[in-house]
Amino acid sequence: MKLLEVNNLKTYFKTSKGMLKAVDDVSFDLEHGEALGLVGESGCGKTTSALSIARLLPKEGRIVGGQILLDGRDVIPAPESELRRRRWTDVSIIFQGAMNALNPVMTVGKQISEAIVLHEKASEADALRKTKDLLELVEIPSDRYKHYPHEFSGGMKQRAMIAMALACDPKLIIGDEPTTALDVMIQAQILNLLERLRRELSMGMILITHDLAILGETCDKIAVMYAGKIVETGSVKDIFEDARHPYTKRLIGCFPNVKGPKAVPDGIEGFPPNLLDPPGGCAFHPRCEFARDLCQVQTPESVNVGGKHIVACHLKEARQ
Amino acid sequence: MKDARQALVRVDGLKVHFEIKEGFLGGLLSKEKKVVRAVDGVTLSIDRGEILSLVGESGSGKTTVGKAILQLVPPTEGAVVFDGAPVSQDREGLKAFRREAQMIFQDPYQSLNPRHYIIDIVAEPLDVAGLVKTSEEREQRVRGALEQAGLTPADDYFYRYPYELSGGQRQRVVIAGALILGPRFIVADEPVSMLDASIRTGILKLMIHLRDTKGIAYLFITHDLSLAWLISDRIAIMYLGRVMEIGTADEIIKAGLHPYTQALMAIMPVPGQTREGERPVLEGETPNAAVEILGCKFSSRCPRATERCRLEQPELMEVAPGHSVACFPVQEAIGSI
Amino acid sequence: MAGNSVKAKLRKRKIKAFVRQVLANKMALFGTVVLLLFILVAIFGPLLVPFSVLEFGEVEDMLNPPGPGHILGTDDMGRDVLGYLIAGSRISLLVGALATGISMVIGTVIGIVSGYSGKVIDNVLMRITDFFLVIPWLPLMMVLAAILGTSIWNIIVVIGVTSWAGTARVVRSQTLSVRENQFVERTVSIGAGSGHIMLHHILPNVFPLVFANTILIAAAAITSETTLSFLGLGDPAHASWGMMLHYAFETGATSTGAWWYFLPPGLCVVAVVLAFTLMGYAFDEILNPKLKER
Repeated sequence: MKLLEVNNLKTYFKTSKGMLKAVDDVSFDLEHGEALGLVGESGCGKTTSALSIARLLPKEGRIVGGQILLDGRDVIPAPESELRRRRWTDVSIIFQGAMNALNPVMTVGKQISEAIVLHEKASEADALRKTKDLLELVEIPSDRYKHYPHEFSGGMKQRAMIAMALACDPKLIIGDEPTTALDVMIQAQILNLLERLRRELSMGMILITHDLAILGETCDKIAVMYAGKIVETGSVKDIFEDARHPYTKRLIGCFPNVKGPKAVPDGIEGFPPNLLDPPGGCAFHPRCEFARDLCQVQTPESVNVGGKHIVACHLKEARQ
Repeated sequence: MKDARQALVRVDGLKVHFEIKEGFLGGLLSKEKKVVRAVDGVTLSIDRGEILSLVGESGSGKTTVGKAILQLVPPTEGAVVFDGAPVSQDREGLKAFRREAQMIFQDPYQSLNPRHYIIDIVAEPLDVAGLVKTSEEREQRVRGALEQAGLTPADDYFYRYPYELSGGQRQRVVIAGALILGPRFIVADEPVSMLDASIRTGILKLMIHLRDTKGIAYLFITHDLSLAWLISDRIAIMYLGRVMEIGTADEIIKAGLHPYTQALMAIMPVPGQTREGERPVLEGETPNAAVEILGCKFSSRCPRATERCRLEQPELMEVAPGHSVACFPVQEAIGSI
Repeated sequence: MAGNSVKAKLRKRKIKAFVRQVLANKMALFGTVVLLLFILVAIFGPLLVPFSVLEFGEVEDMLNPPGPGHILGTDDMGRDVLGYLIAGSRISLLVGALATGISMVIGTVIGIVSGYSGKVIDNVLMRITDFFLVIPWLPLMMVLAAILGTSIWNIIVVIGVTSWAGTARVVRSQTLSVRENQFVERTVSIGAGSGHIMLHHILPNVFPLVFANTILIAAAAITSETTLSFLGLGDPAHASWGMMLHYAFETGATSTGAWWYFLPPGLCVVAVVLAFTLMGYAFDEILNPKLKER
């Protein structure tokens, strides 16, 4: 049984200007211990997808359709009481700029223990023991549990957040831009850590980022999102060596590649789509150099083009 | 050796030190004042029409170098020379200098006053310098600047507010504002790091186009080494306030000699490349810039550090034409060949 | 000129949008309506109730309860209370407005200069501000009024000069935060002087706060004037609501139960202050264009 199956997820936001279709019919899955990279630019719906899975949407957001199967059980209809129990024990999430989410007047150890005490009804002593173990796991000396966040460096704070996310042995960990605000060397350290943890703990991982370059090294498969939909899914090899969707191809080209020619690539014409009033048909068509009449009126179906490689595009070349 | 006299911009032994104010008790108890050595002895030059990237992680001092060149923070030591003459400190001289040297900031969401119209934001340098007499002239020049920055039709943007524009458009407004005085040198501080990948290339192409057509030189400040390679002629790698290595973009990327440069290259993610095994990261983290370091700033984390590295600070030394490294093991290895 | 007509059109659109927002916000609407009512009455008062009725009446007219000819009765001198009330409204509102003006100008200027300049200037100005903040305003006002005399202009100045400190503090705080914005850094980098920056960048971004604060200060100014007048420090030649209360109290209207003498001016003060306060709370939101992004 798969660890996670997202089927036709739809999450909409009610705003004063209308209904915002942040996630609009998104499907993907994840095996135990597998790492999925969810990539796209700002506003594509990747964070909302993550929050939907963790059931941490803000009050304006509602899941209006689809299924989220965690180990076979659909979490969408679950009542809040059950969600609270399963939050952190099944799925935990590391937010962007997480190091700023630490409470400055509480020791780091206490904050990690808090999650353990809350969920596992452990004693303070047991929780402390586990906290120290977790700190060691993320390569922080365990005696630093009694320090306050301001005594930690940026990288250490992020690692403390990861420790917190692991506190209840989740089956799935979601990292929403976990390394974006960090220096490149610390980013590398954190990515090393996440990979090691994934292997050692057999955890599933969803890594959300706008940085396509780091996904190749960290993930098994990649899903590319645009305007609330997934335009292409595939293994790392599929995506980088055989990208089919015009957006995917252009997006890859936007990242500097020191092994390639030294030339500034073409960007993508136009502007990110307005999710309150997205373009009809394929949302990418106003910016697509291959757009045809059909693209303006009909949303493309997702088609399997080999193995686990799926593309949503009308073009014949993309679907072969 | 590149003829430094021809350079448009030159800094010599630039140091920028900030004093940290101690709290009341701290001031009483400690005799020494704590000093943050943001920039601790930087020498480099930029030619007309050249793009030099200053690459470093946070705390490297790269932004401070840019600001010091533009006289936005006072240098503690060292000279800034523009077009052959030291930048003058008097009011008139500074005014003239500011017309030639401008800055582009990192955050397009913060560097525009949310209460001003776009036309006023772009025209402000003109207004401050008292350069236009009529409103037609003002409009004309703003129109020109917006068009150069790729915002057309320019008139449509005049009476909009920043919040109505996208990140990429805002950054173009920032660029238009920097262009309107006709500068010869622009310091760009992480100009694209807050923009989406597909938008970045547009801004980068614009900057290069302006260099090609107007001969503008850039100091491009970034933490992203691969981005620096893409856009620059030369790259200078900074660590804790000093330049570790400087050379052409290809040299640094393909034949970097300094251990820090090599460490950065070893962990650099390449799109599509998978990795066997762990990334070879450096141990620890960048030390606190307030703590005085004897010897080479990088010695605490350097895999090749020797006793000499911990006691003496290396200076940049040319190891190949146009390629300089500040590292004893490297210099000794080259010297002994 | 092409630009000017675009600007003019935009301005019209902005005003319309602003008015629409005011109408949508119940607090602002209530406050504005009440205030407008009072202002209109103050301006057109003499036309509604000619002040000839403010002549002294006969002895039998004194302290009559509301009845024919006098909707709100008469006071101890036989004058029509309603007429007196309307005449008083002009003074109360005028003093409130002018005193507020003085207070806001001093407070805003000191707040911005102090916050932006920092260091020595900031220290000096803030120590002065602290002095005015800490001094109990009522005794200070009483002393100043006693020294300077109780003319209406003195009252205005006294209130203005004793109430700017709170504004200065608040404006300085906001200035400190606005100062850190990158667009200020950008303006420095193009060679602008401090004056330009304070006027064109700090002030517009501090303005919503200043405006909301102004309205609250106005409420306080009117209360101050009423208090001073009630205590007998008002200008007898220009009678305000506070003076009415003073005379009412002095001539024993409270003990004889002549409620029509002291209740109306008291209620008017409450109504006006309430209106200002509600407006102040509601206007900040409306004036901030950044909030429209959300």
